Formats: sequence, C-alpha cells, structure tokens
Amino acid sequence: MRERTLMNARGLGLLLLTVLCVYSFGTSFLFAGDGNSQNLNHILSIPNAEFLLGTDHFGRNMWLRLADALQLSLFLALACVLTSVVTGVILGVLAATRGGWIDRLIDMLVTLIMALPGLVLVMIFASIAPGSLLVLYIAIALIQWVEYFRLTRAVIQRVDTSPAVESSRLMGFGLWYLFRRHYWPVLAPQLLTLAAFGAANAVLMMASLGFVYVGIQPPTAELGQMIVELFPYYQEAPWLLAQPLLALALLVLAFHLCGRRGADAPD
Amino acid sequence: MTQLLFKRLLQLLGVAWGVSTLTFLLMRSLPGDMAYRIAAGRYGMDAVDTTSADLVRAELGLDQGPFRAYLQWFSDLLTGNLGNSLVSGMPVVDELWHMLSHSFYLAMAGVVLSMLIAVPLGVATAWWGGWFDRLMLTLSTLMRALPVFVTGLLVIILFALELQWFPVAGFGSVSHLVLPAIALGLSLAAVSNRVVHNEARKVMQSPFFEFARTKGLSNWQVLYRHGVRNLAVPVVAFMGIQLIMLVEGVVMIESLFSWPGVGHGLAHAIFARDIPVIQGAALMMGILFVLLNTAVDIACYCLDPRGGRLQ
Repeated sequence: MRERTLMNARGLGLLLLTVLCVYSFGTSFLFAGDGNSQNLNHILSIPNAEFLLGTDHFGRNMWLRLADALQLSLFLALACVLTSVVTGVILGVLAATRGGWIDRLIDMLVTLIMALPGLVLVMIFASIAPGSLLVLYIAIALIQWVEYFRLTRAVIQRVDTSPAVESSRLMGFGLWYLFRRHYWPVLAPQLLTLAAFGAANAVLMMASLGFVYVGIQPPTAELGQMIVELFPYYQEAPWLLAQPLLALALLVLAFHLCGRRGADAPD
Repeated sequence: MTQLLFKRLLQLLGVAWGVSTLTFLLMRSLPGDMAYRIAAGRYGMDAVDTTSADLVRAELGLDQGPFRAYLQWFSDLLTGNLGNSLVSGMPVVDELWHMLSHSFYLAMAGVVLSMLIAVPLGVATAWWGGWFDRLMLTLSTLMRALPVFVTGLLVIILFALELQWFPVAGFGSVSHLVLPAIALGLSLAAVSNRVVHNEARKVMQSPFFEFARTKGLSNWQVLYRHGVRNLAVPVVAFMGIQLIMLVEGVVMIESLFSWPGVGHGLAHAIFARDIPVIQGAALMMGILFVLLNTAVDIACYCLDPRGGRLQ
C-alpha cells in the first residue's frame, strides 16, 4: 500500500514535470511569435483562439510568455542542480576519503556559507549584477552544493567502515572503483531526493527575487516578476494573475512530488 | 557543546567578514565616481560639483588603493560603524533598530501561529490516522508547493480585497499584523505539521507509551506525561532547520505587505543601491540567524541533557 502511494506520488510528479516541459519547450517550436512583442490593440484580452491564454497589459501573448518563463525556470533549475551535485559529490568524496586538512578546510567553508540564509546571500549577489542570470545561477549553485556535500560526506563515512569496502580496499581497488561499486548505489537515491527539492528551491529563489524586483529584469518573462506585473490588473483580469501563480505552484509541486521518499517518512 | 558553541562563534565572524567583503565588492563594482555618487546622495543632485565631491573624497578616504580601502571598510565594521544610509542620510544603525523590532513582531507572530496550527494538527493526525491523516497530507503537500509570497498574495486577495476584513498592507495596528502573520504561519505549518506527525507517531508506537496506556493512564495523562517532552526535542530541533524558511519568509512577506522590517529594508536598499543599508541589513540577518540557531541548540540540550541528538 505504502509502496504504491509512493509510486503514485512520484509518477504524478514526473507526469506534471513532463507536461510542463512539453508545453514550454514545445511552444517555442510550434508557435510563431515572440513573448515580448507588444500589441496595444489587444490588451487584457480573455483567452481566445488567437491568444490561447489571453494577453497581458501590454498586449503580449500570455501563452508564449508563460512558456518562456517556464523555460527559464526549468533551465535555471537544471543548471543549478547539475553544478551543485557535481561540486558537492566531488568535494564530499574528497573530504570523506582524504580527511585531514582538506576536510577541515571544506568544513569551514560550509560553516561559513550556512551562516547566512540562502535568500539573503542570493539577494546580495543579485545586487552586484542586477538582472544577470549568470550571477543568479552562480549564487544559487554556491548555496546548494553544501547540502550535497554534507550528504555525500556523511554517507561515505558510514559506508567506508563496512566490511565490503574494507575488503575491496585491501584487494587494492582504486577510488573510482570504490565510488562506482560501493558509494554511488547508496548515495544515488538520496541525491535524487535532494536534487528534486534543490530544483524546487532554485525555481523559488528566482521567483522570489523577481517578486521583490531585484531579479531578472523586464521585459524578460519570469514567473515571480510576472506575478507582480499582473497583480495591479487583478480586478479587471484575474485569469491573467492566476496563470503565473498556477504555473509556479505546479512546477514546485512537480519537483516536490518527484523528490518524495517513503511517503513523507522521517529521515 | 563547547565545540558547537565555538563553531557558532566562527560563523558569527564569518558572517561579518563575508557580508562586508561582498558589499565592498558591490561598492567597487558600481559604475561612476563614488565620491560624486555619495555627494549626490547627501546634498541632492543639483548641489553636486567638483568641490563637494572632493570634500567627500577626502573625508571618506576614497582615493586610497583598493586594499587599504578594504581594510578601512572592514575595520569600520568591527568598530560598529556601519555608516549612513545613502538615501536618507540617517545612521544605518538607528534605521536597523527601528526595522528590527517590526521584523521581530512579525516573526514571533508567524512562529506562534504556525505552532498553534502544526502541533495540534500533527498530534491529531498521528492519533486518529486514516482518511483524516491522508487528507492533511494532501493539503500539506499542496500548501508546501505554494511559495510564501503566493500564499501571502492569495491571503490578500481573499481577506483584504474580496472580504475586506483586514487592510491590504502597511503597519500601525494589530489588524495590519493579521494577514502577514497568517501567510507566514500557514507556510511554516505546512511543513512542520508533518514533522510533528512523524515524531508523534514514533512516540505513540514506542513501548513506553504503550506501557503507560496499559497501566491505565487516561489518554491525556499519557500524552502529557510521556508524549510531550519526547516529542519536543525533535520538533524544537526542526524549528532550528526551519529558521531558514522563517528568515526567507519574513523577507518575502515584509516586501509583499510593505511591513517596515529588515527584509523589506534589504529589498528596498538593493533596489535603491543603498550599500550601507544592504550591508547593515544583511549583517543583522546573518547575526540573528546564527544567534537563533545557537538558541535552538541550547534549547535542545536543555530538553534532552543526554546530548545524543546534538550535532
């Protein structure tokens, strides 16, 4: 029973994620036009055959804009997760197997990074280069690798004392073999969970910055900033405000469901 | 314990160093001549000329090399001199104290509300289980997928725009605090009620709990005498983990509701490029974050002196 609900939650998350990906990436192939081009003859129009999701206060096509914004979020999430997983795992393996001053040095770095709430750090970075996607990506990755590092280090330190690893080591196998054969199988499922939540967090960070107007600058479509832009038109066009809200919530929900482990089991 | 406290002290120093270095880089990376910019901030755009810029340059020592300037910047910080706001001209420290009290009310209200929601709900779902538990699990999952500012926005739309029970934004009276606190409390409770649920279930399935019921204590007695304290340790420890959510939530909620706290101040300062305030606000948040974490550590230690759960 529990096994099945878990599969369902993950399956649902993957399905949602696939739908969002197909919509956002498919749109750029299948639909002509530009999400940023304005058409002041058609402002705040309701969804119709020409504008599938209506148009915003500048007459921009919401279907295209929303796809652009989702694409940006997905892209950023992927980049941040990949970078921070690779960095975190490599440093984690180093710290756990080499120990000594490497371990202490990285541990100090981690302590420093964890001393500041992530969002505040990202905001400071964003203020150094306003509107730069690259800086946003660097800042988010800089915060997130810490979690993968801590997980990797803890797991490897535990696995390292097992008889299996001991004997492999005695037989003279190298670090790469140990990693592939012993560490990775234990590590992978937990990394996946962390990565799913990390992706959700990256999306949230960017939307949060857009929401307080210090993130990606207009006219680039970005979910958080679209929410702020469309809020003043809530009375006239509530369906417009609902679109980025729903897109953001669904994206985060999809990632959370993918990362579900053992039906909200404790760690 | 000593080792842990030492680590926290290291973090405190690290925060000061990290924030000041980043803001120093920020200061240096701004385009244009800094002296002119500061002079414009002080005397107004029209009153700026070469003399006033030179005065500022001489006063603040802006003509030193980058390394000396950095040392100056950092030693200013260590002596508690955070400078004046480039926008209002007021000392940053005064502004921060003002903001801090507002942030504090909001954060407290949010945490208390989230506990009032999460603890009864978590214990109740663990006690009854069944469809009630599954319903709350689904609700929590959905609630969790909503970023805190979206929750805030929905709360505004429902209670302020449609029902008109509470003011949309601003501050001054208790009614202004209601909506931000609800938004913050709901977001926090969405996660913490499941943690309470898990811990409560663990306690309720434990042998000592079973024995207490077998020996004839009433449900309330069992819960009060054998449940609460065992439950409290992991839940308080989790509140420490949730501090990040709290701080980030406060930043977002303050910006959304124009609540004049540190988070709102930080967002505004970034928008206005008011570097001393950025430094002050970020520093304040970092220091508070570390101090609160330390408080959680100590609370866990007091609740469970065996110390096994620490670290």
